[in-house]
Amino acid sequence: MDKVRKIGDVVLSFENISLSFGGVKALTNISFDVREHEIRAIIGPNGAGKSSMLNVINGVYHPQDGEIVFRGQHRRDMNTYESAKSGIARTFQNIALFKGMSVLDNIMTGRNLKMKSNFLLDALYWGPARREEIEHRKKAEEIIDFLEIQHIRKTPVGRLPYGLQKRVELGRALAAEPSILLLDEPMAGMNVEEKQDMCRFILDVNDQLGATIVLIEHDMGVVMDISDRVVVLDYGKKIADGTPDEVRNNQNVIDAYLGVAH
Amino acid sequence: MAASSPDKVVGTLDTFPHLLLNHARVRGDRPATREKDLGIWQTWSWRQVAEETRAMACGLSALGFKRGDNLAIVGDNRPRLYWAMCAAQMLGGVPVPLYQDAVAQEMAYVLENAGIKFAIVEDQEQVDKLLEIMGNGPALNHILYDDPRGMRHYTQPYIQSLDEVIEMGRIHDRTQPDFLDGEIALGRPGDVAVMLYTSGTTGKPKGVCQTHASFITAAQSGVEFDHLGPQDDILSYLPMAWVGDHLFSYAQAMVAGFTINCPESGDTVLTDLREIGPTYYFAPPRVFENLLTTVMIRMEDASAIKRRMFHAFMAVARRCGAEILDGKPGVSAADRLLYALGNLCVYGPLRNVLGMSRIRVAYTAGAAIGPDLFRFYRSIGVNLKQLYGSTETCAAVCLQPDGEIKFDSVGKPAPGVEVRIADNGEVLVRGKMLLKEYYRRPEDTAEAIDHEGFFHTGDAGFFDEDGHLKIIDRAKDVGKLASGDLFAPNYIENKLKFVSYIKEAVAFGQGLDKVCAFINIDLGAVGNWAERRNIAYSGYTDLAQKAEVYELIRQCVEDANADLAHDPMLCASQVQRFLILHKELDPDDDELTRTRKVRRGFIGEKYRVLIDALYSEKRSQFIETQVRFEDGRSGMISADLRIMEARTTPSQAVKKAA
Repeated sequence: MDKVRKIGDVVLSFENISLSFGGVKALTNISFDVREHEIRAIIGPNGAGKSSMLNVINGVYHPQDGEIVFRGQHRRDMNTYESAKSGIARTFQNIALFKGMSVLDNIMTGRNLKMKSNFLLDALYWGPARREEIEHRKKAEEIIDFLEIQHIRKTPVGRLPYGLQKRVELGRALAAEPSILLLDEPMAGMNVEEKQDMCRFILDVNDQLGATIVLIEHDMGVVMDISDRVVVLDYGKKIADGTPDEVRNNQNVIDAYLGVAH
Repeated sequence: MAASSPDKVVGTLDTFPHLLLNHARVRGDRPATREKDLGIWQTWSWRQVAEETRAMACGLSALGFKRGDNLAIVGDNRPRLYWAMCAAQMLGGVPVPLYQDAVAQEMAYVLENAGIKFAIVEDQEQVDKLLEIMGNGPALNHILYDDPRGMRHYTQPYIQSLDEVIEMGRIHDRTQPDFLDGEIALGRPGDVAVMLYTSGTTGKPKGVCQTHASFITAAQSGVEFDHLGPQDDILSYLPMAWVGDHLFSYAQAMVAGFTINCPESGDTVLTDLREIGPTYYFAPPRVFENLLTTVMIRMEDASAIKRRMFHAFMAVARRCGAEILDGKPGVSAADRLLYALGNLCVYGPLRNVLGMSRIRVAYTAGAAIGPDLFRFYRSIGVNLKQLYGSTETCAAVCLQPDGEIKFDSVGKPAPGVEVRIADNGEVLVRGKMLLKEYYRRPEDTAEAIDHEGFFHTGDAGFFDEDGHLKIIDRAKDVGKLASGDLFAPNYIENKLKFVSYIKEAVAFGQGLDKVCAFINIDLGAVGNWAERRNIAYSGYTDLAQKAEVYELIRQCVEDANADLAHDPMLCASQVQRFLILHKELDPDDDELTRTRKVRRGFIGEKYRVLIDALYSEKRSQFIETQVRFEDGRSGMISADLRIMEARTTPSQAVKKAA
């Protein structure tokens, strides 16, 4: 399938990122870049440092060494608030939704950063606050429509099956209208049909909303099918980087996944 | 204006486009169509609908659609798909709605058979199906889609958005304002208005050609019968390809001018039903059955007080609810008081939950409804009635008049309809609402309509002493046991299916010494039952073979047997042995039709070994079956099925031979 949105310039790049916790080296000299509108996958065996890498991107972790270039700006690290403000949204490996709140309300929380009116007006639901609320609700409804979850709009998230919760979490991330979307194992624990649905949504988000996507995934099949480029980590080191085909035939990757005879 | 007295113009309102334009004149600002979109109900007035339809018709014409062409319409119930029907009719074309959940190969047959060149479809999913078909079969000239989502990659010139076509049509209509009116005026009541494909319990589907006159006649008789008017609301959620939906959501809406409401998505129908609160409702028995099952499951989980209150008042309703609804005398004052109290505490809230608070008339048809199920709805104050008809008869042969409701009849012949029972028990029908023909199948047409103009319905039935028609089964299914006793498999299956734990049943016995049955359990209801008893299971196949579940189903079968024993004609058809199938019967595996009727012959072939085992002394039988998943791949399911005996009840009536 041809992409209508052409993959653009580098928006985010990492140079020699190193991160350690005490004596444990989580990441060592990692360098790679992310281009606009592409789907970039980070894969690797357990404990390879994938989630750490994602946490560096949106500023949860601060690397000890290296440089991040984000939209032309050179910096030591990111911070969470700024990264959210500049259009980076994410989902989590272990779903982090508000279980007691409805799907709609959860998605509305994703609009948090876009809400401008003050607390008092909000409480009174008056004037600009009212207009704003209607605007946000419309946006949330568009996301609900996009992800085909109309039937659970008012259902508390805690009562939903896992696959749907994952979808709601994606919805909340989309509510921030991100330019870069970080997905931490979006398909973990899903059955085949749910995975297919999720793949379709990820492709649609990339294609129709134009978001750049960085995703971590265990399921090699899925990664190879939907990504434009893949970075492979192993024990905190980058062992390969390239298109799915290049990576698949890379001897280092094969060794890391299948093991080598010593 | 002359338009202020609409009754006078009725004479010229003999085609659907005329009806639409008349509504736009007479009640231009009243709501014609609603759809829930982005969480909000959007409304189109009759005037807007007429404008949109005109534009769509002009756009189609600009693309080359002309008189006599067939237009395929595929998708869920969306306003623009309904309007597309009228747009095609304006140009003298014939809309051909297809079942939206049909797989590509099934569609291929209809597209080929109807010689389709134009298709209006809902979304990417349907476009993909058509493209798959076009790879190796009929070529379509134009595919128009309603929902643009995901459609940007499709560069084929023959795929266009409906928006574009409507825009094109607006310009066309402006530059040649007389063109469309001229086309509409050319329409004759005897023209074919719509082609509906029969679900095909037997063989390939057949295209049933219905004229404007026949559908308008059928709709008019229903509208007058139940006093429907522009103030009524209906929820349009059944497949557009089904005659029932076409009659209620299209023909009757066009005749009476009431509002059709399209749900947000297939999964939200129950919520949408509550929000709209239709006054007029139509559903096949299966939907009523599912609603009741949901209610019963939720009641089982309710607190003890609520549960007790529910059961106590339901007993009152069973005793006198239906009689009170019919206004029959003979209900004691105490019962009336209790019923009023029940209405306040149980029936009213229950109707509200079901979305049936405003219903004046509800109909069911398509399959026989279990008497107990039927009685349940009437007893809580929902005016549920039955009607009888088929695709060939515009679903309008018999209707139950208010106050003359019987649980086991389908009512009296509609005005202008002649019904006769043939010697072999088959129901024959004559009237204006009969089909014109089967599309390109003159020999089938000749076979179905005899020289006197009677249509052979294929159903077996008889008139009771009050002139109500009773349908027992399909004529070809009604048979005899080896003992010579009557065997009506549908009747037995319906008895079994009324139990909420049983989803589907298939009875065998034609020419055999006893009746045996396949059972499909209802995964929701039995699953819930199992959970409350701490029975762990991994899925349908596992649950179905649990000893406890077999015990539960045996109880249900024996209850049904006791019921059958009441009727001397059917006493011999009690189910003696049964088994629970390892997989759910599924239209994707050709075991059910798209309207979910059992394909008895096919099942008989496919599960031959199981039937043989039922009629032997075996206690179990191994079977391996191929199943098709929703994504088109297939796999195998195998299981060792247990076979169980069920106790029969001796006949209450004294056998004269004995």
